[in-house]
Amino acid sequence: MKIDFTHHQSAHCENGVVSNLMKHNGFQVSEPMVFGIGSGLLFCYIPFLKVNYAPVFTYRAMPGHIFNRFAKRVGIKVKREKFSNPTAAKKRLDENLAANNPVGLQVGVYNLTYFPDEYRFHFNAHNLVVYGKENDTYLISDPVMENVTTLTSKELEKVRFAKGAMAPKGHIYYPTVFPDKLELESAIVKGIKHTCRDMAAPVPFVGVKGIKTVAKLIRKWPKKLGVKKANHYLGQIVRMQEEIGTGGGGFRYIYGAFLQESGELLKNEELKKLSIEMTEIGDMWRDFALESSRIYKNRSNSIAIDKYDEVATLLESIANREKAFFKKLKKAV
Amino acid sequence: MKKKEVPQDESSLNKVNSKELCYAVDEDGNYTTELSSGWDPKKIALDNALEDIEKRVEEARLRVLAGTTSPIEYYMELCKMDLTILASYVGFFKWTVKRHFKPSVFQKLSNKKLAKYADVFDITIEELQNGPS
Repeated sequence: MKIDFTHHQSAHCENGVVSNLMKHNGFQVSEPMVFGIGSGLLFCYIPFLKVNYAPVFTYRAMPGHIFNRFAKRVGIKVKREKFSNPTAAKKRLDENLAANNPVGLQVGVYNLTYFPDEYRFHFNAHNLVVYGKENDTYLISDPVMENVTTLTSKELEKVRFAKGAMAPKGHIYYPTVFPDKLELESAIVKGIKHTCRDMAAPVPFVGVKGIKTVAKLIRKWPKKLGVKKANHYLGQIVRMQEEIGTGGGGFRYIYGAFLQESGELLKNEELKKLSIEMTEIGDMWRDFALESSRIYKNRSNSIAIDKYDEVATLLESIANREKAFFKKLKKAV
Repeated sequence: MKKKEVPQDESSLNKVNSKELCYAVDEDGNYTTELSSGWDPKKIALDNALEDIEKRVEEARLRVLAGTTSPIEYYMELCKMDLTILASYVGFFKWTVKRHFKPSVFQKLSNKKLAKYADVFDITIEELQNGPS
């Protein structure tokens, strides 16, 4: 059985799943719109959570939050379920497919056979849509892939029950109740205000303050951790910022697209101007990635300390720019 | 980022015939999307991370051959896992898994426990017992 579902590629998996499921249900909502209304943009440094032997630096809200906020703000209801038993999880999936309902699944990346080996890490917060089943093979729309793909039921069970941090536990979700018309305007304002609040959070690990904290750390890393580890950590920042899913510049470009679309919708010229500024900030993040890569490209142990100072300074100027930016954005809505 | 500046460098995405979606601005200043085949700064970061894993695998292999650790640690590294991830897959405490790293303890492991590890590593019990060559 194959549900008539249209696959649209997106930059990020969660936004993509939401946007594709909304489109399937007759609501044209773009990926940036989902991301912006769901207050996806963030910066957060999580020193105690280690991935691949380096701390986590995230440029987005926690998995699941974007969809939940989006749903609440535009007035749709989302059904979510987790399972301890794979057979029950499979049964629920099959029931939905039989009822012609494509569903979102949270999965682990490590056993996704259609990913290149190089990208297969133990990362458990990936999202995809299942839109059908033919014999023992599930039809998969993975939003970060250009084309649709398939997984056998054994493969799908493996990724649904991946273990480790943020284990998906068979997590299945789909929108259930829709309003007659989506209230995008008020949702946009709420989404923007939430993001402004997050970015100005008075905590040293979050938002603009988090960026400044990391800049300070980068200055210390080569002396404190040694060049090898410092470069490993710097590489981790760039990967979290640019690896598949962020749309470039640590989600800043997606956010720029959201501001532009919102500016049109709300007839707010200020938002359109701020979209241009967001793009410039995205470009600064790209420069930061480029300069950082010049450091870790060099595998020797003799890298001048002032190189780290340079990228740290770049990061501080980004923090200052974003600080001013989110103040202006808060006033614009 | 301008649409025509979206990087088209080599990356392992080419292997599966896919590209990733980026957001960029066209010549009229409107946001649009563009596919990117890859970008060197992140490819270098990924390559470095993979190289580190290879090094860890090789070090574990040498330790198994030297008799200071069991093949479990080697296969853990080979599967890009760490102690936390492996422990949650096999359903043991971390300290239990660590104990199984001891060659003397590993020798005496029951077939049931060995089967759990072999299953997680997607190998046979014999392959697990023989370890790397």
